[in-house]
Amino acid sequence: MTAIYLMLPVSLLLALIFLIAYFWCVRSGQYDDTHTPSLRILSDDAGAVKATSIPTENPSAKNS
Amino acid sequence: MRQQGRDFCCHGCCTVFELLQENGLGDFYRLADRPGVQVKQATARDRFAFLDEPAVRDSLLDFSDGRLARVTFHVPAVHCVACVWLLENLFKLAEGIGQSVVDFEKKNISITFETGKMSLSGLAALLTSIGYEPTLRLDSLEKPRARSAKGSLYLKLGVAGFAFGNIMLFSICLYSGMDRFSAPTFKPLFGWASLALALPVMVYSAGDYWRAAWLGFRQRAFTIDFPIALGLVALFAQSLYEVGTGSGVGYLDSLTGLVLFLLIGRIFQDQTYQRLSFDRDYKSFFPLAVRRVETAGESSVPLSELAVGDRVRLRHGELVPADARVREGAALIDYSFVTGESEPVQRGMDEVLYAGGQQVGGGIELEIIKPVSQSYLTSLWSHETFAKTRGPDLNSVLNRFSRSFTLGVISLAFAAGAWWWSQDVSRAIRAFTSVLIVACPCALALSVPFALGTAQRLLGRLNVFTRNANVLEALARVDEIVFDKTGTLTTAGNDSVEFCGSPLTRDERGWIHSLAGRSTHPHSVRLANHLMDEPTAGVESFREVVGAGIEGEVDGRKVLLGSEAWLKLHLKAEWNPAMDRSSMADRSPVHVAVDGEHRGVFLLGNTVRDKAAGMLEELSERHELTLLSGDHDREREQFQALLGQRARLHFEQSPIDKLTAIETRQKAGRSVMMVGDGLNDAGALRQSDVGIAVVEEVGRFSPASDVIMEASTVPQLASLLRFARGSVAVVWVSIVLSLLYNVVGLTFAATGRLSPIVCAILMPLSSITVVTFACAAVNWTARRANLFGSPNKEHSS
Repeated sequence: MTAIYLMLPVSLLLALIFLIAYFWCVRSGQYDDTHTPSLRILSDDAGAVKATSIPTENPSAKNS
Repeated sequence: MRQQGRDFCCHGCCTVFELLQENGLGDFYRLADRPGVQVKQATARDRFAFLDEPAVRDSLLDFSDGRLARVTFHVPAVHCVACVWLLENLFKLAEGIGQSVVDFEKKNISITFETGKMSLSGLAALLTSIGYEPTLRLDSLEKPRARSAKGSLYLKLGVAGFAFGNIMLFSICLYSGMDRFSAPTFKPLFGWASLALALPVMVYSAGDYWRAAWLGFRQRAFTIDFPIALGLVALFAQSLYEVGTGSGVGYLDSLTGLVLFLLIGRIFQDQTYQRLSFDRDYKSFFPLAVRRVETAGESSVPLSELAVGDRVRLRHGELVPADARVREGAALIDYSFVTGESEPVQRGMDEVLYAGGQQVGGGIELEIIKPVSQSYLTSLWSHETFAKTRGPDLNSVLNRFSRSFTLGVISLAFAAGAWWWSQDVSRAIRAFTSVLIVACPCALALSVPFALGTAQRLLGRLNVFTRNANVLEALARVDEIVFDKTGTLTTAGNDSVEFCGSPLTRDERGWIHSLAGRSTHPHSVRLANHLMDEPTAGVESFREVVGAGIEGEVDGRKVLLGSEAWLKLHLKAEWNPAMDRSSMADRSPVHVAVDGEHRGVFLLGNTVRDKAAGMLEELSERHELTLLSGDHDREREQFQALLGQRARLHFEQSPIDKLTAIETRQKAGRSVMMVGDGLNDAGALRQSDVGIAVVEEVGRFSPASDVIMEASTVPQLASLLRFARGSVAVVWVSIVLSLLYNVVGLTFAATGRLSPIVCAILMPLSSITVVTFACAAVNWTARRANLFGSPNKEHSS
């Protein structure tokens, strides 16, 4: 049962990584608009937008 | 929309089709050279020149570093997938545009562009040229670009969920007896780990509850947040004590679960309709800039710089920015934003125009006689009603209840503590905290958001949108209803067009339809709609005489539509109207002449909405009805009959009159609901306990209100109020239900058997049953109130 002393921090660390990933999702604005992406997928070359655009920072990064 | 024999859902699809048609499917990328777009752009750019002024520019830009800038425009024309596709491929249309991202729900587009290659006015002109004119209103300058509270609520939920999940893993081990058969050293370890996980939940996730409870405590208003905060503190303190002394692991699983459920309830309740705005005032429909006539020509100036004595030029479709006098041209002003009245009024030279009217027809020149902020209409917003911010509704069911609940719980906790104090101090403290823990009104706090949130969603399906869930409670309390007349009870429907004269042939109706279809004058539009089913033909030598009528040749016949005086000038034979003038009293006549011969007159009137009579009759059983109209009282008898003999009718009411009328009734102790549409009702809507703004189409302009309702739903008002009352009854039953759980919990606490596991089972069990009950009962209420009932069925059969 001493393995628990190792497993406990490891499992917490793993969960913490997920929490941080979730924080990043919310902060980068992925939850701001949940409807448009479902429409965007319907157009064929949605990827082309990013490929040719000039380098810009993330749309909502300025706010955070 | 029809173009080249095909139907399109919106402008976006049409433009995409045109683009693809002209360039072939693969050649979309060469669009930057397309001359057509650029020509249109050049003319439009002039209109948006004011955007390049530093002051305007800086307040509009979200971000700028000198080379790159980003701006967010509101583009109401966004309608379908094609729109999103087109707008997100904007960079292919012009140089200097980077990424453009569309938010479909908000109908916003945020565009990144290189300031060296593209100007803000050029951007606006480009959008306009492809059919997506951005709305630039006075309030786009002062928008607080605050981050939505929704984002931080999601973060809080994430932290609570993370802590709850992990603490639950520890707790399950302990509940299943792990510490008994294996090393007992795990118990303190798990305890401390749980405590560490629960700390951010207490500090961060539950933060809003501390604030709300403290605020309530200071104002001596014990809202439901107060007992919740007490329960949370008791749970944490007890757990801290148990972990610290090594006697147990406390109730940390229940604590974090409780916060998690509460936050889920908040998210459910906080659902908002992003495409609607409930706080709009005149600023959100006044333009950002107007064209001022100066000695050196015309220039575009921001509205704020407009001074008394300035001359401004208005074109077709533009708004009168401030009270002004006509100096040039024939003014035909549509006050529908202001009064709901759809008939335009004619104003001649030197006559006064009030701000908010929309010019239909040709260009006019005006002289400003009052500053923008002191106009007839805008001065309404300086009334004290608009300065008040509405605090938390202390009258809501939950808050009324929680006042006595809180006092009861606290006295019970002290009584339990005092009972044991003389015998055993530690037991006294334990009894005290147990009562607070068990009485924590978790299920109670959840029942309301879920019951009212469900009701709100059901109403949304009917195209009735409420500002928040609490509005439903206010709706249930209403005992007096005030209606506006024009646009609310009456409508300028197609059925209200009547023709007087010898019957027209099918050909003639077709000619009139074709001719009327060419003009954007409201009368023409209504006439064209009325004759929608008739055939159309090409119109030649079309001419529109502002303030008089339209003429054109159809199938070789000369057809005229317009006013009596104008038509007389074009008639071959003398025409003696032998018609009943009285029937025209409140309707607008449109005369028709074919080949110089008078054929008759169309009478366009307002009719009372379909099924409104039945709705009013049902409402008058329970509520007092009042009519406040800005119009003349010639229709008094008709409306007295419609609203019942007890109803009060007031005519010729100014916006301020309407506001004070509502105030007086409220002082008499009534709970007043106002149903109106125009900006002139804005004061009354704001003052009333529930303001319902009626719109012909959801998303169109509506003044600040609590409820936005599609006009076609107005006849359902009675069943809507019944539904609101039913929903509040459901809330009461849910409160009783969750109180029962509290009593069960208290018996556990009193007999000293409130173990963590009992708490961990009781808390989610009570919450889930109460929430399920609340949602199901509200759905049942909707069916019983016939909310979706008969009208839909009639349609399908």
